[in-house]
Parts: sequence; structure tokens; C-alpha cells
Amino acid sequence: MCQCGNCKKDQYMEELLNKFKPEKDNLIQILNSVQEHYGYISEKSQKEISEYLNISMAEIYGVITFYSRFTLKPKGKYNIAICLGTACFVKGSEKIMDRAKERLKIMPGETTKDGIFSLEETRCIGACGLAPVFTVNDEVHGNATVSQLDKVIDEILNKEREEKV
Amino acid sequence: MKTILVCHGTGCTSSKSTNIIENFKNIIQNRNIENVEVVQTGCFGLCAKGPVVIIRPENIFYAKVKPEDCEEIIQKHIIEDQLVERLLYRDANGEISKRLDEIDFYKKQKRIALKNCGSIDPEKIDDYIAVDGYKALEKVLKEMTKDEVIEEITKSGLRGRGGAGFPTGKKWLFAKQAEGEQKYVVCNADEGDPGAFMDRSILEGDPHCVIEAMMIAGYVIGANKGYIYVRAEYPIAVHRFQIAIDQARERGILGKNIFGTDFEFDVEIRLGAGAFVCGEETALLESIEGRRGQPRIKPPFPANKGLWQCPTLINNVETYANIPKIILNGSDWYSKIGTEGSKGTKVFALGGNVKNIGLVEVPMGTTLREIVYDIGGGIPNGREFKAAQTGGPSGGCIPAQYLDTPIDYESLKQIGSMMGSGGLIVMDDSKCMVNLAKFYLGFTVSESCGKCNPCRIGTKRMYEILEKLTNGEGTLEDIDKLEKLATTVANSSICGLGQSAPNPVISTLKYFREEFIEHAVEKKCRAHECKALAKIQITPEKCKGCGLCQKSCPVNAIKGEGREVRYINEEECIKCGTCLNKCPFKAIG
Amino acid sequence: MVNITIDGIKIQVPENITVLEAAKNVGIDIPTLCHLKDVNEIGDCRICLVEVEGARGFVTSCMQKVEEGMVIRTNTDKVIEARRNVLKLILSAHERKCLSCIRHGNCELQDLALKFGVTDVEFEGEISTKIVDDTSPSIVRNTAKCVLCRRCISTCKNVQKVGAIDCVNRGFESTISTAEHKSLQDVNCTFCGQCIQNCPTAALHEKENIDEVEAKLKDENTIVLVQTAPAVRVALGEEFDMPIGKNVTGKMVTALKRLGFDKVFDTNTGADFTIMEEATEFIDRVVNNKTLPMMTSCCPAWIRFIEMEYPEYLDCLSSCKSPHEMFGAILKSYYAQKEGIDPKNICVVSVMPCVAKKYERQKDEMINDDMYNVDIVITTRELAKMIRQANIDFTSLQDSNFDDPMGGASGAAAIFGTTGGVMEAALRTAQDLLTGEDLQEINFEEVRGKKGIKRATVKVNGKDIKVAVASGLGNARAIMEEIKSGKADYDFIEIMACPGGCVMGGGQPIKPAKLRRTVDVRKLRANALYSIDEKEVIRKSHQNPVLQQIYKEYLGKPNGEKAHELLHTHYSQKEKVKMSN
Repeated sequence: MCQCGNCKKDQYMEELLNKFKPEKDNLIQILNSVQEHYGYISEKSQKEISEYLNISMAEIYGVITFYSRFTLKPKGKYNIAICLGTACFVKGSEKIMDRAKERLKIMPGETTKDGIFSLEETRCIGACGLAPVFTVNDEVHGNATVSQLDKVIDEILNKEREEKV
Repeated sequence: MKTILVCHGTGCTSSKSTNIIENFKNIIQNRNIENVEVVQTGCFGLCAKGPVVIIRPENIFYAKVKPEDCEEIIQKHIIEDQLVERLLYRDANGEISKRLDEIDFYKKQKRIALKNCGSIDPEKIDDYIAVDGYKALEKVLKEMTKDEVIEEITKSGLRGRGGAGFPTGKKWLFAKQAEGEQKYVVCNADEGDPGAFMDRSILEGDPHCVIEAMMIAGYVIGANKGYIYVRAEYPIAVHRFQIAIDQARERGILGKNIFGTDFEFDVEIRLGAGAFVCGEETALLESIEGRRGQPRIKPPFPANKGLWQCPTLINNVETYANIPKIILNGSDWYSKIGTEGSKGTKVFALGGNVKNIGLVEVPMGTTLREIVYDIGGGIPNGREFKAAQTGGPSGGCIPAQYLDTPIDYESLKQIGSMMGSGGLIVMDDSKCMVNLAKFYLGFTVSESCGKCNPCRIGTKRMYEILEKLTNGEGTLEDIDKLEKLATTVANSSICGLGQSAPNPVISTLKYFREEFIEHAVEKKCRAHECKALAKIQITPEKCKGCGLCQKSCPVNAIKGEGREVRYINEEECIKCGTCLNKCPFKAIG
Repeated sequence: MVNITIDGIKIQVPENITVLEAAKNVGIDIPTLCHLKDVNEIGDCRICLVEVEGARGFVTSCMQKVEEGMVIRTNTDKVIEARRNVLKLILSAHERKCLSCIRHGNCELQDLALKFGVTDVEFEGEISTKIVDDTSPSIVRNTAKCVLCRRCISTCKNVQKVGAIDCVNRGFESTISTAEHKSLQDVNCTFCGQCIQNCPTAALHEKENIDEVEAKLKDENTIVLVQTAPAVRVALGEEFDMPIGKNVTGKMVTALKRLGFDKVFDTNTGADFTIMEEATEFIDRVVNNKTLPMMTSCCPAWIRFIEMEYPEYLDCLSSCKSPHEMFGAILKSYYAQKEGIDPKNICVVSVMPCVAKKYERQKDEMINDDMYNVDIVITTRELAKMIRQANIDFTSLQDSNFDDPMGGASGAAAIFGTTGGVMEAALRTAQDLLTGEDLQEINFEEVRGKKGIKRATVKVNGKDIKVAVASGLGNARAIMEEIKSGKADYDFIEIMACPGGCVMGGGQPIKPAKLRRTVDVRKLRANALYSIDEKEVIRKSHQNPVLQQIYKEYLGKPNGEKAHELLHTHYSQKEKVKMSN
């Protein structure tokens, strides 16, 4: 997204909004698209939606904070989402979550300061046959263990270090 | 002609079935092999063995196929006509089953809702039409009156598969009788029960059957517009359903003058955004209308005042999936399956501590034992069955003494659980039931919409008490409070979420009360799951003084030197459990 | 009519009423918390649960309509137990600092706890999310005291059609807040204070300025002048258990004097100035074909609303300051000069039925000669609190009169406090000014009454004047949309942000929802104002001798240069929601 601050609307938002009639029931559809495109819903996007649909900013904020899929802050480069669905829970996903918190030193819903990792508790992603599972961005890691998580985190850290050099 | 069916459901896709399909196609093209077709299908059900490949017509079942196995399958099976033995399905005892129908997992199943899942390409409308797709719709439009359809569905005994089990025929009748110029048909595909994924599988594997059923419903109640509300977390299902809508529109199946009649209908997808409560029908309507998914007070019921205050029929995916089959085969055929009060079949997502994790569809009345042991293959790792949870966070746990309970709406209710949408999680004896209750309450607390006080505050208070208990800070009085709160939340909440939220606590208290008391009084967790209660000790009689545990301890809490018997300094121990597995003499516990 | 049985009593009740209303008919008072008649009927709090034979589970009596043959039980052990436990849950999440709470003694939650005899909350645990927003000049929010009844949301969103606040987050974390939890002053809140009026607890309350007033009263070097708005005198008595709508002007003046104010003046005099200026402005606009419709500008919440929502119509607003600001300007100029006081030593305190006035007084536009026209604004409630704290037995006070020379006011000014009053007062003056006569037909009944929007065509000097009167910002929005769509051709529009006008202002005594179900508070208070008007000898602003003298001695002509400098203001577009970056 353009960061200059002078542009009234960025092109994506304009095109997106034009796809929808300015009717209230499109709010969640629009928010879903914005979330998908930017990875979060910025205040600026909220304002544009508010003006387009004629819904108050408070109500939009209320809707965003109701649905767990919507986030107000950008996610990290690697979003680690650990499934805490029942099938995964029964198979020990809590331990994987504990480990992730310990390693990344962040809580679910947060992003590390360097912007590399974010951590997320996810509801059942439906890969119960592979329980417990976690995903890194869209890649699914099934039959997960604590050491597997460690391995994945180490690999990312190494890659990032190399890229820096 | 051979057909290679590759499961392309979410589970198998997670383990790279997309690459498998690509590889097969490339090999066939590159090697110019004729008379072979690769079909991507919906879920076969046996997710634990995924990715699954089935080769027809002989119905050979290959399990846990990797992309690099494709070459071998083509060479040996297709070209040389031999079986690839190492990829054949093996059950827990190592016995090989070659064909799909030989596998125990499938033997006791009866697939009605899942009939086409895993056998047709969901992205091709012709595949659906080839298996009598849209015939039920045609029959309804051309040969049946609206009342006849309702009568047929009523006689079939079909009840809502979303959880509460309301008679479907009655629901349709109310929506038909409701007055209003504009009416709507809604499909509830906000499958939020953690560990349940049957609706997703139907949408991924057989989307047209849902469209067809929604159209039949539209014709019957007098609606020309349908919405399907799907979780955004189901991208494959959404994608395929959109393809199905597009294809149906192209064919003139959706649109105007359907089958030459003056009936018109269209369907639109609405995405959810991660709120379990939107599975509640009025919350779902609120969400479609673009608001926070907070349930409405009933009455009025959606049949009279639903979407935008218009009469609205809402059924869930699995309910709809049964409709075309009932219309084509007749209510008599359907009502012969199942029990007195619960007709037909039910799809369960079998998960947890069971060997064959996956999707199963069984006649109503099948016992829990049959599902867990015959279909599920029993409990892995030589452990014991402790309980099964049906209905997810709204349901209750069923202990071993009820393994022979026939699964139907009434029986489950009687033993304190509920059918729910079909999650069936098996737990072995390594699970702490207090912790399990806490897990479910934690889920409800985070998913409560916050509209009414009993659910918003009550579930939180219950969770806090469970947290106290699992932390060893609970008292017997807390258990009484927990029960009192459970009653209040169940009685006074507005919607099904709150009303059923206490079920996991009520049922675990009923069947595993001694575990609660142990946590409160003895500060003991017999399953060793509650970390705060875990006391890790070394049994001196068993310790040989090898020192392996000492080396493994990250905080140097294990004391002793040389060949001495080691002991753990409780104050330093962080109960991480690392030492437990290091001891070759099983002296630590 | 339908036949029902409530607690064994068989009665016939009209169709389409709720179980709650039906119960009232037989003298059964089902407790409620979230219910606010016609505004918030959502059934969330679960306090009003009852049993209905044949129904699955409890029934929400505030939502459930009666049906033929219904058998209702409102007081079974099960029902009472459920309600009591729900109440205990609400209390368990509530910041229970009752003794030091601004609503102590007038709290609907406290009343329920008393009614249910709750002595032990039993289910202790985490309390509701605490967000305190006390940075706006008018309204303080403390979400830890919120019971999530959502009466404020319904008021703000559905009645006022502003939508500054809404329910955010989910589950136990749910709370009523603004976009991104911003302060109310950084969002589209107009400070009308209707949310406060409807809050059962102290989750929303006025920003108190009592301490500042007391400090000034103690300061020997400051001359503290107080003025009271028209609506205050017909509501203040309620705070001392006097009947609703009782005119307590005399006692109020005595109390203010006892509190130590140097002079006690009447904002009604300011209102007469407003009419003089506004009527003159209106005539000018009509006669010289300037921008119409002209819209009144006495209500600061309305001004903030139009500045944010309809900035393209700012030139329709009358440039007149509101009465107390005009009066403040005159006190610090004319009065100071006349009395030989350095205006810098004057502190003007306004007692208002309003919390938006607190915001208005600190606007840059309300400064003359580097001094704010008004220094402190307190509400009717704050005044009552000061009176109580000073141990004044209000009900037994003798009457006093406002101080001269600024004390006299017309009957027209009194009715400023109710919807339609400003319009009526302006029309009385306008028709006299245009005709040059002293017309006796001065009651404009068509602009009176409780309707949210009143439209009329009145004859002024033979000319048809199309007028509209709207109270409540939702109705204001409706009028603005009418104008925007080109469907309306009004000449003069009066708008008050609070439904019913200032008598129902955000700073007035708070009446519990239960009482408002049966008593028309607005009507009682408004009638009191009309009867003040009826009893006045001078009922037209321009005939007020105080005013005539000041124009003669000091201001010159209405709308003249001096008048413009002191009594008029200007407007500018305001951002609805201030962005974080």
C-alpha cells in the first residue's frame, strides 16, 4: 500500500469497493477481502469503508473485533498458526503452543518486534487426520511435535540471518 | 479404462495431494499413456491414511501416497497391472486390505450424505449429472406439488443435522406457510465445532447436491434466492462451491425458467470470518446482514422473520445433502434406515485418540463401540478408552459404560451429551477430564458473543474455577459453585451456544466427579496433564544412579552424584517432564 | 384482546403487548435492566425472565408478546433463583466501588441488588475490561462499570443516529467503546449526553467541574457570577424528591446565593438576546434573499453534529452564539464596565441541563478579549450535588429573585428549554419586528408537543413561512437528508440535539428506565416551562426592558457591529474521526 499519505484512496481499495454495492450487508465481505489483501485492516481502510457504506467507524471497529479472522495490525513475515481444535488438543497441541510462546516470546495474536514471526491460535483447520497441526503461512505441518516446531523456527531464523548477510 | 481418484480434500491437500495429481497428469502426458484418467475428488474419509489414491474399476486403495510414488504406481499398477504392495492399506495389525470395500473402516458405513464424496470430480457438473444429479430437482419441479415434497420429507423422518435435530419437514412447512413476498433459503455451512469437518467435506466433494437441495427448498417455500454462509477458513470448499454455482448458472440450472418452469433461483456465497456463534441460525443471519454475529431472541423464528425480516429457511449442509436422495429414493427407503426417532444416517468426524481418524457415515443407532472399535480401529498405543465427546463444546462426554449406547438424538441427550454437528472425539486414559472441561470452557469463553450476561460472564466464571482446580487452588466449594453456574448459564442464556456451553462440565462432573474432587482435595491429577499438580519424583528403589536424567534436566533440579540414587529438588523443578522419558528404568513418575 | 393468566390471575389484555407490559396491568413489577421502552428492547440482560407454560426454558418477558391462553409465572423459585444468579454474575464483573460512585443512590444496578436482597456476590472473578476515557470536556466513560445493557448504543446509534460508540470485542472482553478506543472527543460524539441519561450505572457520566467552581467561590479576588438555563429550574427539584416538572426557580436562586455566588443571573435574559439577534438575522435573510433555510444555533451538540456530518450547510446556521455564551459575553463587557469590575476578575459559571455546553464553552470561537465568555459549566445534577454537599435543605428554602440589573427575562425565553420554544420565541419577535405592531396571537401551537419533527407553515406579516422543528439528532438527520435531497424548502428550522429539547438534556436529573415506562418526564417539565411563559407579563423577547436598555446603552442595533463582535460566532468543518497517524 502506498505510504505517502497524500493519496486519497489506494487503487486496490477503490477497485474493491466498486465491486460492491454500497449496502450494509457487504461489510463483512469487504473486510474479508481487505484482510486477505493486506494481511490486516488498517484504520485508513476502515475509514474508506465507513464512508462508502455509510456505517459508523465505531460499528466497523465493533465488527472487526468480533470476528477473529480480522486483525488490526500487520502479521509477521511468518505467521505460525497452531490449531487448538479438539482433535489437535487431544493430541497435545497445547504443548506446541506453549513451546511457540516460549521460543518466540510473544503471545497468540502478537508479532515479534523484528516483524519476522507472528503467532496465532487457530480454530480447527480441518486437517484432523494429521493432528496435531500447525501452519506456517499456508504450509501445513501435520503430526507435529515440539521438536518439529523448533526445527521450523530455526530454519526460518537461519534463512533470515543469511538474507541479512 | 482406468480412473485414478486422488483425494483432494483439505486433509490430503495438507499432505501434498495437489502435487500427486500434477505428477500423475504429467507422467500420463509425457509417456502418452492412454485410457487413464486422473480425477481429483472430495474426501474419502480415511484422513489418517492420506493422501489417498484409489484406482478404479478394481477399487484398489493406496494409502499415504507421496508425490514421488506416482511413477511407481503408473508403471506397476497401470502399465504392468500389478499392485504396489508397499502402498496398500494396512490396518493396525499390519493386515493388508487391497480394495476399498475390504477395509473395516468402510464396512459398517452407509454413505448417503457422502454418497458422491470421493467418487466424482466436484469441479465438474457433468460428473454430478452423471450420478443422477439435479434429477431430484427436475422431479420436484415437474411431478410434485410443494405439499407433496414437504410430506415426503416429513415422512422420511429427516431431522436437522446441525445439532438440535429439529424435524426438517416441519421447518420447511413453517417457512412455506409464513407470509411474505420475499423469502430466502439459507445454508448453514459455518461448521465451527472444533474437530468436525463433515460439512466441509460435502462442500468440497459434492457441492452440487447442496445447490440442488437449496433449490428444491426454494421451490417449496417460495423463495428465489439462497445464501450459503461458509467459513472463510475453508478456502477449498468456497472455491469449489463457487465453481459449482458458476457451472450451474452456465447450464441454466440456476437462473430463470428452471427446467422450463417459471421457477427461478440463484445462490450466493457469504463468507464467515471466524466466529463460532455464527453457527447459531439467528447469529448467522445477523452476520449475513453485515453485523456482529449476535443471536436474536426467538420468537420470532427465522421461518417467520429471518433474513432482513423476511421468512427464511435455514438448514445445515448435511441436512441438505440428504434431500435429493430422499426425493429420488422415497421417504420409505430413507425412514427404514436408523432408529425410531432418528432416521437415516449421520456423518461423524472421528478424531482424537483413535486409530482411524476420519469421516464416517453410519446409520443412526450404530453404537459408539462400533464406531470407535470396528470403524475407528480402537485406541492406539495400547491405551484404554476413557471417554468420547460428541457435540463438541456443546456436547458432553460419554464414559466407557455407555459404549453400547446407540447413537441417536434421544439416546445421546439421555446420557447428557448431544448429537451436535458430528464431531466425535475419542479420549484415552492419558486425558484429564478436568482439563478437558477447561479446554471446552476456554473455547466457549473465547467464542461467546458477549450479548447476554449468563453466557458472557457465567462461562468466564466457570472457566476461572476450572483454572483454579487445574492449578491446584480449587476447593470442594468451587465444585458446588461450578454446578450452580452451569445451571444458570444453561437456563438463562439466549442462544444455543450459552445454553449448551455447560454441557462438557456437567457431563464430566457426572461421570468423572472423583477426578474433580482429587484436583480439589488431594491436589492430584491422575492423568498427569495438569502441570501445576504434577509432582515429578524418582522412585529410589528403581533408580540405578545412571545420571541420564540429571544430564537432561534443563534447570539442574536433579541432585546426586556418581552412582548415588538421584532425587529431584521440588523447588527448582519446573515440571517440564524432560527427564520422564530419559530414564531407562522407568524410575521417574 | 387476548386472555392470559399471570401468577394465577386471569386477565384480558390487548394483543401485541409484551408479557412485561401485561404483568404491569395486574400490578406485577417484573424487574428489568437493559430494557428501555421504545429505545432498547433487546432482551440481553436476562433479568426479566419468566416461565411460560409449554415454552422451552425461560421466556424473555420484555420481548415476548402475549398470546391467547398464555400461562405465565413470574415468581417461581426457579425464576427467582435464575434472576438472582444472573444479577450476581453481573455484579461479579462490575467494578463495585459503590460508595465513591457518582451514581451511588441513583443506580439501577444498585436498586436491583437491593430489591433482590443480594448480600453476597458469591461468584468472584475478573471484572469487565476497564477503559477510562476522561479526556473529553463533557463525558467520562468507565467500562468497568458497564453492564453491557447497550442502552447507550441504541440511543447513540438508533435514536440520535450518531453511532459514536458501539459494542466492540467479543465474549467477556466485549465492551462499549469507540473506534480504536479513541477518546470521545476524537470521534463523532456530539456530547449530547443522551447516553448518560440512559446509562443505568456510572459507566457514562458527565465530566464534573464542581471542584473548579468551589475553588473560584473560595477565591476572594474573583467575582463569581452564575446563570441558570431555562430547563434547570423545572428539573432541579427532582433531585430533592420534589415532583417531576416542579418549577423551583425561587429556591434555586436562594440556594445559589447560599452557595456563595456573588450574583445570580438568568440565562433567560441571554435567550432574549439570542432571539433579538436571531429574529433580526432571519428577517435579513428573508428580506434580502440570503441563504435559507436558517437553522438555530443554540444547541452545541447540534452544532458539532452539523460541523461533522453536513459541513456543506454551515452557512445555513444562524451565526448567533447560544444564550449563555451571549450572556457571558455581555457580563464580561457591558456588566463589568457598568459595575466597574475588571472582567479578568469575573468568573462566569453556567448551570446547564446539558453536558455539551461544557464542550462549547472551551471552543476558541467563544473568546472575546482573550477571555472565555463562560468559564465553567456545571449541570443540573452537579448543582444538586453542590447543594447537598453544602447541607442546604433545598425543599424548605424560601424563594428569592434573580439579581438586578440582569435578572429580567421574557416568557419567550423560558420556553427555550423545550423543543419548539426557540422557534416560537423567534416567531413572536419576528412578526412584531416585521409588522411594527404588538401582535397578540403569540402561541404557535403547531410547533409545540412531543413529536420528533414538527412541520408548519405560519403566516408572518402576510407571508407564508415554512418552518420545521426537530428534536433528537436522528430527526435532525432526517431533516438534513430531506434538504439534501431537494425535497424540502423550509425557511426556518429549529434543532435541538436531545429528544424533547433541553428539558431532557444530558445534564438533567437521571430518571430510571422503569419510571420512564409510565411517566412522560418530558411533558411534565415542558408544561412547567409553558406555564412560566403564560404567567409572564412580558412574553416577547424584544419587549424585555433589560435588553432594550443594553442595546440602547451599549450594543447598538441588533446584528450591528458590536452585537456581532460579542454575540455572534462562526463555524468550520470538523473531522468525524481523528486518525491515529
